[in-house]
Amino acid sequence: MALAEGDRHGYAIIQEVSARTGGELELSAGTLYRSIHRMLGQRLITEARKRVSVQDDPRRRYYRLTPFGRDVARAESLRLEKLVELARSSGLAPENA
Amino acid sequence: MLLFRLLLLIYPASFRAEYGAEMCSVFAEKLRRANGVFERSGLWTQAFLDVFRHALPLQADTLRHDLAYARCTFVRSPVFSITVIAVSALGIGANTAVFTVVDRVLMRPLPFEKPHRIVRVWEAPPGYSRMEASPPNYRDWRSMASSFESMAAYDRSSANLVGEGAPRRIQGADVSGELFPLLGVMPLRGRYLTEEDDVFGTARSVVLSFRLWQSHFGGDPEILGRSITLDDEPHTIIGVMPTDFVFPDQRSDFWTPLQLGPDRFQDRNNNFLEVVARLNSGVSVEMARQDMLDVMRQLEVAYPEANERNRASVNRLGDEVPNQTRLLLIALMGASLCVLLIACTNIASLMLTRATARRQELAVRSSLGAGRERLVRQLLTESITLAFFGGACGVLLARALLPLLERLVPPVVPVVDATSIDPRVLAFALGMTVLTGVGFGSLPALRAGKDAAANGLRENTRGGGIRAGRLRSVLVIVEVSTSVVLLITSGLLIRALNEVRSIDPGFHADGVLTARTWLPWPRYGATNARADFYSHVLNELRALPNVESAAYTSYLPIVMGGGIWPVVLDDGPTNRTESVTASARFVTPDYFATLGINLLSGRDVVESDTYENQHVAVVSQSFVDRYWPDQDPVGRTFWFLFSERTIVGVVNDVKVRGLERESEPQAYMPYRQAPDGGLRHYAPKDLAIRVTGDPLSVVSPLREIVRRADPTQPIQDVQTLEDIVSGNTASRDVQLRVLSAFAALAFLLAAIGIHGLLSFAASHRAREIGVRMALGARRRTILTMFLRNGFVLGVIGVTAGAALGYVVGLNMNALLFGIDPLDPLTFGAAIAVALAVTVAGSLPPAMRAASVDPVEVIREG
Repeated sequence: MALAEGDRHGYAIIQEVSARTGGELELSAGTLYRSIHRMLGQRLITEARKRVSVQDDPRRRYYRLTPFGRDVARAESLRLEKLVELARSSGLAPENA
Repeated sequence: MLLFRLLLLIYPASFRAEYGAEMCSVFAEKLRRANGVFERSGLWTQAFLDVFRHALPLQADTLRHDLAYARCTFVRSPVFSITVIAVSALGIGANTAVFTVVDRVLMRPLPFEKPHRIVRVWEAPPGYSRMEASPPNYRDWRSMASSFESMAAYDRSSANLVGEGAPRRIQGADVSGELFPLLGVMPLRGRYLTEEDDVFGTARSVVLSFRLWQSHFGGDPEILGRSITLDDEPHTIIGVMPTDFVFPDQRSDFWTPLQLGPDRFQDRNNNFLEVVARLNSGVSVEMARQDMLDVMRQLEVAYPEANERNRASVNRLGDEVPNQTRLLLIALMGASLCVLLIACTNIASLMLTRATARRQELAVRSSLGAGRERLVRQLLTESITLAFFGGACGVLLARALLPLLERLVPPVVPVVDATSIDPRVLAFALGMTVLTGVGFGSLPALRAGKDAAANGLRENTRGGGIRAGRLRSVLVIVEVSTSVVLLITSGLLIRALNEVRSIDPGFHADGVLTARTWLPWPRYGATNARADFYSHVLNELRALPNVESAAYTSYLPIVMGGGIWPVVLDDGPTNRTESVTASARFVTPDYFATLGINLLSGRDVVESDTYENQHVAVVSQSFVDRYWPDQDPVGRTFWFLFSERTIVGVVNDVKVRGLERESEPQAYMPYRQAPDGGLRHYAPKDLAIRVTGDPLSVVSPLREIVRRADPTQPIQDVQTLEDIVSGNTASRDVQLRVLSAFAALAFLLAAIGIHGLLSFAASHRAREIGVRMALGARRRTILTMFLRNGFVLGVIGVTAGAALGYVVGLNMNALLFGIDPLDPLTFGAAIAVALAVTVAGSLPPAMRAASVDPVEVIREG
């Protein structure tokens, strides 16, 4: 999800995740790169060739969501949405959450 | 950051190569932005936790991939896999089996509390490195020596257990009350013996072994307080020891109090107590030796006659394994390691062949992005997996081998006799397995990984074989030389065994049946009571149609080496400094005829040699040579066993202490001249029967005869004299058989290795051979070329092996019984066999190479 708005490098992903969750989720380097490793393997993301700016550290690698990855993310959010609706109708989740 | 980089090393290398730099920079960035020590240490904790959360699962992922891949490879070439598994199973199995015994006998600490502080203390009079202590000396040691926390004594004994089922002879020990606390063991039930039980005249108590409690009393839970009869004397059972308590040796089934009466403290030359002591904390064995030296010097001053030049010897309890046993076991361990080394080199050679055959496949993987590390790891996983299966089979093999090897554990070692595969042994087998896997896998894997990574797809399958061939040549040389070492050592031991077996024991063992009947005291304390029993048994035996003669003796030769007494001549007392002792035996008439000992002059003992008549003795030739060389000894007298005895006959010497040991001269006294109620240990108990035909045919009549003579009298140790003699060399025999099996195995493996190498070379060089033949080379030239290759490797291997074998032989000198470590026969045979095996291994591939069709291979190429 952190890659939905554009390519990001590792540290930027951590920052993005932290910002989006209000600082609740702070990914460690190990967690991040193992996830990246897995998602690369599943072809959900790919390594972006181009740099965002010229001053950027050349060691940084950027990652991009693949069309397939986008589809999977969409399908997953749809699934979660349905799950929340189901929870709501069973009174397990607040109505206006 | 260095620490973080080190942590990264736990991740798989491919992962590290991919993301390592980034992970470092991300972590650095996080550290930079962290506020305060608290946040920073939080980051570090997280980094450490990550290792477990991510690095290990990633490693497991890679392993899973490799294993799945390895499985495919194994399924594709089952013959190869099975060969590797079988060869490593042999290597690992041999090592595991030998280790089990070595561990049990030499390495494992004894099952007592702080066993390194328990020592044995012996007297060491001139001429003896160690001898049991006399009660007065033991009493003085306890009060004078300052190195010991406590000291205890025991006397091995045996007793007739009567009343519960068939009468039985059981082994045990009379122990002083300090013994159990000294060893730091607790009874399983009840209590152990204490110093109160030692008081002379107290009611007798007994502690049973777990084994006896189970086998004889059916594990009766109400056993405590029951009374049993040991040698006609009632004993109250006060305790049962746990299963793993073994002391002083594996046969011990009961422990009774050592009640020493005042008369026992009169004679400082009456040595029968074995002494153990626990060192004070901080006191070394060396310090205790010095302490005991001082004590013995003081005792020498106080009792100059009895203790002249008498010293003490102090050894750790665990170090008391006989030197020969130790050497034999070390030799076996060395031999089994040799087998493993050969197995490893053989498998390495096989792996190398296969890695070469798989070049194409590895090259494809390499060009698709697999790094060298990844390929090496894959190949290592394969070899370790194979080794693991080999290890599992090896442990099963070791279990099958153990019953044979168990005979190598000498009975004197205080350990539980059942050697078994336990966690320690399994850990050893696992270690061997990993070593084997890495040992035979790493070299080929590194080489193959390097080649594949460096050359990619450029080379075809035929190239690059020369370097691999050179490596394999080295492996073959290692194999040949190791097998030569094994062959030489087992050859030397075979020669030594033959030498020992050819020793004349001084008696004729064939056709003699032996048995032991320990008569219980006090019922048989009187000499006449015993004589009645002997006459009854012997007369009935002699009446049997196939019995030539029968006789009783105190102890048969080899069965018992001790029973030594000082000899004092008429012309003044001779002191112990000259170590003039002889082995003392009371015998019935006909003893010499029964054992086939030659009467050289004079007469045998006779029934009329009673206590009231002149006390006489028959002595051995070396006894005469020592005191009256070149004179007629008959009629001369000497003091021995509290009497002046006149020599009436001379017989040839007997190897009382066994074939390989020096024995004292022998003196035989008539059984009726043993004193009433005295010299209990010397009362005749060993029966020998010379039989025409099969000695075992008189076993059941013998049992019947003894039952008629005394229904409560047990018979034990029924065996032929030949079995006793061959049992004397049994451990040598087992050792030799194991070693020879190892040597044979080694040669088989070496021959396979040579065959493999040359076959490999033959197939690799098929094209070259074709070209040579097309250019006019004859088949014979090709054949000679290949045979020469094999032969040269053989010669190099044999030379190295022979040199090593000589060094090993020098170190085993103590086992060789005078055989020269450079024994030409052994060396000649070993070299000839090695070269023959080399040629035999080279011949088939050489013939295959010579039969190459030049037209075909050139057309193919």
